[in-house]
Amino acid sequence: MSRRPEHAGGEESTAPGGEAAFLRIEGVSKSFGNVTAVDNVSLDIARGEFFALLGPSGCGKTTLLRMLAGFENPSAGALLLDGVDLAALPPYRRPVNMMFQSYALFPHMSVAGNVAFGLRQDRVPRAEIAARVADALALVELSPLARRKPHQLSGGQRQRVALARSLVKRPKLLLLDEPLAALDKKLREQTQFELMAIQQRVGITFVIVTHDQDEAMTVADRIAVMEEGRIAQVDTPSAIYEAPRSRYVAEFIGDVNIFEGRASAVNGGDVLVEQADAPDGLAAPARADGPAAGDAVLLAVRPEKIEIAPEPLPPGTMNAMAGEVTEIAYLGSVSTYRVRLDSGRTVVSTHTNRLRDGGAAIDRGARVHLSWPVEASILLRS
Amino acid sequence: MNAKHEPKPRRQRAGRGLLRRGSVIASPYLWLLFFFLVPFVIVLKISVAEVQLAIPPYTPLFDWPEGGSLELFAVGDNYLLLIEDSLYIRAYANSLKIAAISTALALLVGFPIAYAMARAPRAWQATLVMMVILPFWTSFLIRVYAWIGILKNEGMLNGVLRWIGVIDRPLIILNTDIAVYIGIVYSYLPFMVLPLYANLVRMDRSLLEAAADLGCRPAGAFWKITVPLARPGIVAGCFLVFIPAVGEFVIPDLLGGSGTLMIGRILWTEFFSNRDWPVASAVAVILLLVLIVPIVLFQRHQQRQREADA
Ligand SMILES: Nc1ncnc2c1ncn2[C@@H]1O[C@H](COP(=O)(O)OP(=O)(O)O)[C@@H](O)[C@H]1O
Ligand SMILES: [Mg+2]
Repeated sequence: MSRRPEHAGGEESTAPGGEAAFLRIEGVSKSFGNVTAVDNVSLDIARGEFFALLGPSGCGKTTLLRMLAGFENPSAGALLLDGVDLAALPPYRRPVNMMFQSYALFPHMSVAGNVAFGLRQDRVPRAEIAARVADALALVELSPLARRKPHQLSGGQRQRVALARSLVKRPKLLLLDEPLAALDKKLREQTQFELMAIQQRVGITFVIVTHDQDEAMTVADRIAVMEEGRIAQVDTPSAIYEAPRSRYVAEFIGDVNIFEGRASAVNGGDVLVEQADAPDGLAAPARADGPAAGDAVLLAVRPEKIEIAPEPLPPGTMNAMAGEVTEIAYLGSVSTYRVRLDSGRTVVSTHTNRLRDGGAAIDRGARVHLSWPVEASILLRS
Repeated sequence: MNAKHEPKPRRQRAGRGLLRRGSVIASPYLWLLFFFLVPFVIVLKISVAEVQLAIPPYTPLFDWPEGGSLELFAVGDNYLLLIEDSLYIRAYANSLKIAAISTALALLVGFPIAYAMARAPRAWQATLVMMVILPFWTSFLIRVYAWIGILKNEGMLNGVLRWIGVIDRPLIILNTDIAVYIGIVYSYLPFMVLPLYANLVRMDRSLLEAAADLGCRPAGAFWKITVPLARPGIVAGCFLVFIPAVGEFVIPDLLGGSGTLMIGRILWTEFFSNRDWPVASAVAVILLLVLIVPIVLFQRHQQRQREADA
């Protein structure tokens, strides 16, 4: 039954870890009438990976997940799980379980009945069902509530029942559609860590859908950022944050300052960029795909990488700008400074409040000088 | 001075509010009193009277003969007759049987209709509900008459069947129990379909996807998810068909045969042919008692459902 993909090896089919892809999504598209919800998506996901699909509402995340579960048929492309083509399998025969955004708990069954439902469909012996349901409920710490009905549970408890129900069959692949969206912030953050712990314990491949960048960054080994049905970038959370490839990804994940300029020269490993606000120019590490001198470029810098100081910088410093502090937002662990440059553009700089009195205080209205190291600059495809 | 005067109008207003609230609560009870309890007491009164040739054709409950004192006049003979003459008991039993079978048939026919309506595109649903209600726009009597034209030996149904060659002799349906079942199922179908539809349309479709996701085939999901969740609608629809069907008169009279024994027909015969108002009233009182059990069960079910929904 289990047929290994013929195209094992080769850069495309290899997920991180060197192993051949466990889940292959090959050029999958899905259209509803004239709306293209998913547009030629290809992804390789490794066995045991915690993978996140991240993007704004309506970008096609749920549709992609529903194709994996079997509720929608791809208009084009192929889905291979552990070498088996999923297209031929109806949802009830796929070794895939899904945790629904609405949880979709059966209201007429108890917590234990909900969790046991999937095992009963497979005609698992009674004694084994009881043991596995007990294990699954213990995993999500719901054992005392086994006899309750879903309407007698809180939102957080329902979310756990849904998780236990989708895990108890030990699927090859677990799909989670915005599993934490209905929880309040504190419970959501706590549950993120529990989800990671559970995933490590059971060793099942998880694909989670979320529109919450913090959630994706926290739980996932790798993230695919989606934009209008297409994949904008697939990378580890730190690579997505530190090396976004496009303006869309840079702006979607975290805060960022973006400068439009023109590449003036390529100097060794660095690209020099002419930009009006920086009298001595900007510099960024070059990328494999360019740019050439004379190209219009976008240069991105994360706010926490920008130094802010009252003293002027020595002349000839690259990545240096001057301006006036217009706003200071004190957020406890960090403070955010909004600085208006002489050209009128605003740059944001964030600083950790390491000392209780704020160190060398910078007041609103003060003239400040901003700078950052070359490695902090990111060149984007415009 | 002001302070002294202030509380008074407020109390008045509160009093008026209480009155208004009181009348809101009381109005359904008043309604019940006038349209149910008073007529029922009158029927109960007639049921313990005796026939007499007069207008009205029964003896009064209270008599005040000249020079005498107030006399109460009530007999239990009419109820005794209902027990002694097996005709009545057979008629009650047969009515319950016909109503039960018709209810089951209406459920069998109504469920797929309601299910299809609930699954139809949203934009069509209002129209589909309208089509279910549409027959109510014409007289019930005329619609039952129309079935005579369809079911009789040389009627439409036999004509079509003969024309396509399925039969060569006409099926005898009219004036049999089968015609009564057809008539009741047809007439009461909306009462089955509407509560079922109202229930099924509320069902979260992701539950069926969840069932499929957990390895359940569509047929299994229907019995394990859809039917249990539709239970309140099934119960409501069945009671709404069963209760009026027990006392049905027009359908057995027009479509049934001379042997179709139903309590509604007995009632009519006693009342209009025999002009025996007291026995007819006793029949009606017992019919109500027979139906009280399902009615109370139904009320309890609705109450529980409301509590569960809240
Ligand atoms: N069954 C459907 N019929 C028509 N359009 C759909 C359907 N499902 C999704 N869409 C459309 O596809 C796009 C992507 O939807 P979805 O996958 O739900 O996005 P997300 O989960 O990222 O918010 C949206 O424009 C949505 O309106
Ligand atoms: Mg979604």
